[in-house]
Amino acid sequence: MSVNVPPDLKYTKSHEWLRTDGAVATIGITDHAQHELTDVVFVELPAMGRSLKAGESCAVVESVKTASDIYSPVSGEVVEVNGELTGHPDLVNTEPYVSGWFFKIRLSQPAELDRLMSAEDYTKQIAP
Amino acid sequence: MLKKTPLHATHQKLGARLVEFGGWEMPLYYSSILEEHRAVRTAAGIFDISHMGEIDARGPRALEFVNFVLTNDARKLAAGQGQYTLMCNEHGGTIDDLYLYRIDAEEYLMVVNAARIGADFAWLERQRAAFPGRNGVELENRSDELAAVAVQGPKAAGFIDHVFQPGAQMAASLQKNEVVRLSFAGRIAFVSRTGYTGEDGFEIVAPADCIEAVWNKLFDAGKSSGLKPAGLGARDTLRTEAGYPLYGHELDEDISPLEAGVGFFVSLSKGEFIGRAALVQQKAAGTSRKLVGFKMEERSAPPRPGYPIWSASGGKTPMGRVTSGTQSPSLGIGIGLGFVAPEFSPANTAIGIEVRGKQLPAKVATRPIYRRS
Repeated sequence: MSVNVPPDLKYTKSHEWLRTDGAVATIGITDHAQHELTDVVFVELPAMGRSLKAGESCAVVESVKTASDIYSPVSGEVVEVNGELTGHPDLVNTEPYVSGWFFKIRLSQPAELDRLMSAEDYTKQIAP
Repeated sequence: MLKKTPLHATHQKLGARLVEFGGWEMPLYYSSILEEHRAVRTAAGIFDISHMGEIDARGPRALEFVNFVLTNDARKLAAGQGQYTLMCNEHGGTIDDLYLYRIDAEEYLMVVNAARIGADFAWLERQRAAFPGRNGVELENRSDELAAVAVQGPKAAGFIDHVFQPGAQMAASLQKNEVVRLSFAGRIAFVSRTGYTGEDGFEIVAPADCIEAVWNKLFDAGKSSGLKPAGLGARDTLRTEAGYPLYGHELDEDISPLEAGVGFFVSLSKGEFIGRAALVQQKAAGTSRKLVGFKMEERSAPPRPGYPIWSASGGKTPMGRVTSGTQSPSLGIGIGLGFVAPEFSPANTAIGIEVRGKQLPAKVATRPIYRRS
């Protein structure tokens, strides 16, 4: 199965992706991660306004088989969460980079972005 | 080193995601657990169950022997019939749960759990050595030479007969729990109307070297009916919805069939058998815990094995633990099995399932937890 790793995003070792738009970053889990998790049936999102540190566990994704913690790739305040996932957790499987996003965060330490992985490095990490 | 079934290459060709299960490398899913689950509930699914073990008991004293080591009443079986049964130790704990088939007057076939083959066969050998009629019963572990597939779902009976050579009795005319010896490419296959999904269906035990041909022929015969290959993921959600126990979760050497709610398959009146005394006592005194099915009251993270079960009013300690749990693909809500104090076992009793520190409301459900209407 070929795994999609969009070149314009940043990645973490723990399989989150991040897309920046000015000072706000959108965060989700990668195509590889959703494939490993199998069918997602429940997503627990962080509270709006919660202030997160980079690497902090802040959401949970539950598939039929297993539960996984989601870690914030960067520090900042949660400014939006994807409420669609409550009724349609399967969006994480079908559109992990589009409608399957988890939350948006206002960056408090933009320099942290430089510590994230490029698409190329992430592709290497997940190579079988 | 994980063991591989004779269908391993077939699974790889089909793009299966393979995982470890009971010492075997088995498909977890091919496309998606939910899709495969739905295929079995609405059409049909085909499962590799070659990891399961097959043990033969043959001879003039075979009936007496299996009736002594197993809990159900084997005397009820005519040739060509099977029954779900359990093998207990002296304390009434469960060594394994299995299917017993009477193939012929003096030939029985036991289909046992993959992870228990070694333990079962060693136990059976020991019991045979101590059995007064030991010279009249022969045991053979045929787990390596035999393989098996299950075809499950409402459409299965529509195409199963396209696979085997026509004979006096065909698979689709079998009643539930009946077994027939059929011919496949000149070889003998045992086809039974059994399964562990809560759907109609068949299980086929055949020589390991022809199971791939059996699989392929079933696959082609069922294609137009919507047959899909299905993995252990769907097998687990299907049996959990059906409320069936899985060895290692709801049953083990310290859990009795009475506690696990499968007392129906224990015949205390058939005469002496291993574990009987302990089970008679348990039945008289009542068990201190009971296995129940339950449904979450609202959409939540699915319950998982090990999560504490609380009485609805709280209390200081949990009364039991979840043994199996998942999101029910058919109901769209969390379901599971777990042990509770006996007074909490009636249907609709309110209980609490602790999910990562939060106690969420659930209700005891009758088993099957889900049945297709």
